Amino acid sequence: MSGKKIAKEQPDQFEFSLDNKKIIEKLLLKYPEDRKKSAVMPLLYLAQRQNNNWIPLAALRLISNILNMPYIKVYEVATFYTMYNLSPVGKYFVQVCTTTPCMIKGSGKIVDMCKKHISSKQGELNKELNSSWTEVECLGACVNAPMMQINDQYYEDLNESIAEKIFLSFKNNQLPKFGSQIGRVSSEPTNNRKTLNRNA
Amino acid sequence: MVKLKIDNKNIEVEPGTTILQACEIAGKEIPRFCYHEKLSIAGNCRMCLVEVSGSNKPVASCAMPAVDGQEIKTNSEMVKKAREGVMEFLLVNHPLDCPICDQGGECDLQDQAFNYGGGKSRYELNKRSVKEKNMGPLIKTHMNRCIHCTRCIRFAEEIAGVEELGAINRGENMEISTYLEKSVTSEFSANLIDLCPVGALTSKPYAFEARPWELKKTESVDVMDAIGSNIRIDSKGWEVKRILPKINEDINEEWISDKTRFSCDGLLNNRIDSPYIKINGKLTATSWGNAFEFIKSNVVNKKSFSGLIGQLVDVETTFAFKEFFKKVFNSNLIDFRQKNLFLKNSSLFHNIFNTPLNDIHNSDLILLIGANPRHEASILNLKIRKAIKVNQAKVFSIGNIPDQTYEVHHLGDNIEILNDIDSNNIDFSKVFYAAKKPIIIIGESVLNFKIGNFVIEKSKSILSKANNLSGFNILHQNASSVGSIILESYNNNFTNLLLSDVLFLLNADEVKIDKQSNQFIIYQGTHGGENASLADVVLPGAAFTEKEGIFVNLEGRPQLANKASYPPGNAKEDWKIIKALSDIFNKPLNFNSLEELREQMFDKYPILKDLDCLPTINYKDIKIEEVDKIEQNIKLQDFRYYKSNIIARQSNTMHECEKKIFKINQPSKN
Repeated sequence: MSGKKIAKEQPDQFEFSLDNKKIIEKLLLKYPEDRKKSAVMPLLYLAQRQNNNWIPLAALRLISNILNMPYIKVYEVATFYTMYNLSPVGKYFVQVCTTTPCMIKGSGKIVDMCKKHISSKQGELNKELNSSWTEVECLGACVNAPMMQINDQYYEDLNESIAEKIFLSFKNNQLPKFGSQIGRVSSEPTNNRKTLNRNA
Repeated sequence: MVKLKIDNKNIEVEPGTTILQACEIAGKEIPRFCYHEKLSIAGNCRMCLVEVSGSNKPVASCAMPAVDGQEIKTNSEMVKKAREGVMEFLLVNHPLDCPICDQGGECDLQDQAFNYGGGKSRYELNKRSVKEKNMGPLIKTHMNRCIHCTRCIRFAEEIAGVEELGAINRGENMEISTYLEKSVTSEFSANLIDLCPVGALTSKPYAFEARPWELKKTESVDVMDAIGSNIRIDSKGWEVKRILPKINEDINEEWISDKTRFSCDGLLNNRIDSPYIKINGKLTATSWGNAFEFIKSNVVNKKSFSGLIGQLVDVETTFAFKEFFKKVFNSNLIDFRQKNLFLKNSSLFHNIFNTPLNDIHNSDLILLIGANPRHEASILNLKIRKAIKVNQAKVFSIGNIPDQTYEVHHLGDNIEILNDIDSNNIDFSKVFYAAKKPIIIIGESVLNFKIGNFVIEKSKSILSKANNLSGFNILHQNASSVGSIILESYNNNFTNLLLSDVLFLLNADEVKIDKQSNQFIIYQGTHGGENASLADVVLPGAAFTEKEGIFVNLEGRPQLANKASYPPGNAKEDWKIIKALSDIFNKPLNFNSLEELREQMFDKYPILKDLDCLPTINYKDIKIEEVDKIEQNIKLQDFRYYKSNIIARQSNTMHECEKKIFKINQPSKN
């Protein structure tokens, strides 16, 4: 992984929507006045939500003003956490987990599929599929490895063909049902229950 | 007290001491990169690992408090292995470019790798490469060499007060950066160079100039402002290569301002290296003998004589100059003031910074009257910041003060406010009198003949009501001011001073001279500035690095500046020139060496004898006068920080700084 990519083309202005402004007001009540910079992470997230899943630099500046903290400190937080995108991502934003358990279960092949169908490089926008992808560290669904996150949902128990099918469904502006893709319920064993079995 | 054992040696330390500090007390050296006495503890370099009883892992000693009964080992097998491991990791991405690195020879990483490293690396992949950052005209960056100790970030945030540096990205991709790649706008930015334990931040003006072991190191005193920061001058032959801070906890701790550090290249430019006399309107180089004869023949018929002392003059020269005027010209019309500056009298109390610099952080309310500490005396600004940090001090100002890197509450521009505080007329009086240790700092901008007396008396009155007369502080801008006041080298009838028949300018470059038709001007100094070109005779003197001299700082503390280099060409030390000139007039001054001069000076002004000591002042004897109320809006004088004296004006580095940094700091005009 390389350092975070920051969009070259940036909007001059960023303003929170009225709804978000109300949320910010409430958020700030949680912190004492002299500690209000603690709210930097939720505010960054709000900005990202409002702005098609990425945060422009103007928003960082705005947040540094709202929280009365130096711009560089907001910048540090925004570049540190992988959750924040500092350049535009696709409508379908794919995050493939490549940490050890997923890697052992074949996340490399999922990454190959991303490269084949979305783009050869991480963070590059595929206009046709309206999608971009990136590798991430563990997303905490190791039992159902390999997995990826698309926007807010987890897609688990993947293999090459399933991943391919999901990616191609972007074309029709459709997403398959999230969760396990081989039909198991949450993290139960793949071949029937072994414990807590009423008939056992 | 906490009792613990370090390498089988019993020691006792204060509670709250860290293990690293305890080891220092026990005389054990602990290698470290991120830990620094003056900065907060980060604990991220892991170089200071030691073995602590009860813990089966090595412990980072900089961040772990010492506890009763601990047994610490600093040289066990475990510690040795841990240090080798940490060192190997630190060197994974560090380039092996020591031969072309300016830090080489004074590099913490180099030294510690040599002493504590394993001597080999198992890393075979490519080292990472990081883009260079633009940190302005003073700091050269080599970000490949950075080991992420974050000292620079902590310094900028905690000491300098400019939060412009940060660590962006994470893990292997972490980089130190200023946002938008802009210059660091602090007057203390170059201290980052000293703090950086590796060669990531090095000095731009000094790049590839010399190796540390080639330089002659002389401890001295800075003259760029009246603070008298202690410095170390590194010279190679005649050239002063660089200036570094020398630790003096009472004054500059271990920081110096950028002007102090980097104006030294001004010592090399445009120097006067030979006497000059004006023939047919043109200055022509000549010999000392000719120049002296020229002065003698031109001065004989003249009636009035006056002298001006510049801002970089040491007290010995001032003393010789004063004696010279008394004996040879029979005149006492000399002055060190080059602008409208009010002096109450020559008593020390009224002319110095009565609060010791290392006590400012104990005050809880600071009132600035027409003073801009950030530019007039940068070190003072650090002390005020410290007061805000450790003592939650509040800072107020009369007169609109530009950005000070901390919050200043502006009370108004009218000097009448002092009267209101004195007579308890405004809300602020309550705040002021409620403070435990309020101090007032009066700048030269308000010390003019019209309102100077009012400001001084009212401030005294307010402070005596607050029971803290020692909080009365005059902020002088020049290194020579307090020394000249002690030597009584001023004359309140100076309206005619600039119009005298003979005007002797001793390094005086700040005053604009309107030369009269029959006026004879002698200029003795170091640089060919405007006033030198006006003069009829130019005598080449020595700069502060080229002679030994005492300077009295704004606290009234005399300090000795040592000779690091020698005057260029035919230039001579200033007291010698004045002495030789007195011989020409057959009225020789009665000293033949600097020691004799000093002896006479100390006899008359014994206070100068106690080097490095603060003067004692009896605050009980201070009388407060009633003064008439004055209403006037005050305005701070423009102060060109990077160009405030002749040496700085000749410095290319300062010129660059003014171009690139000063503009950012100036508030926009609309």
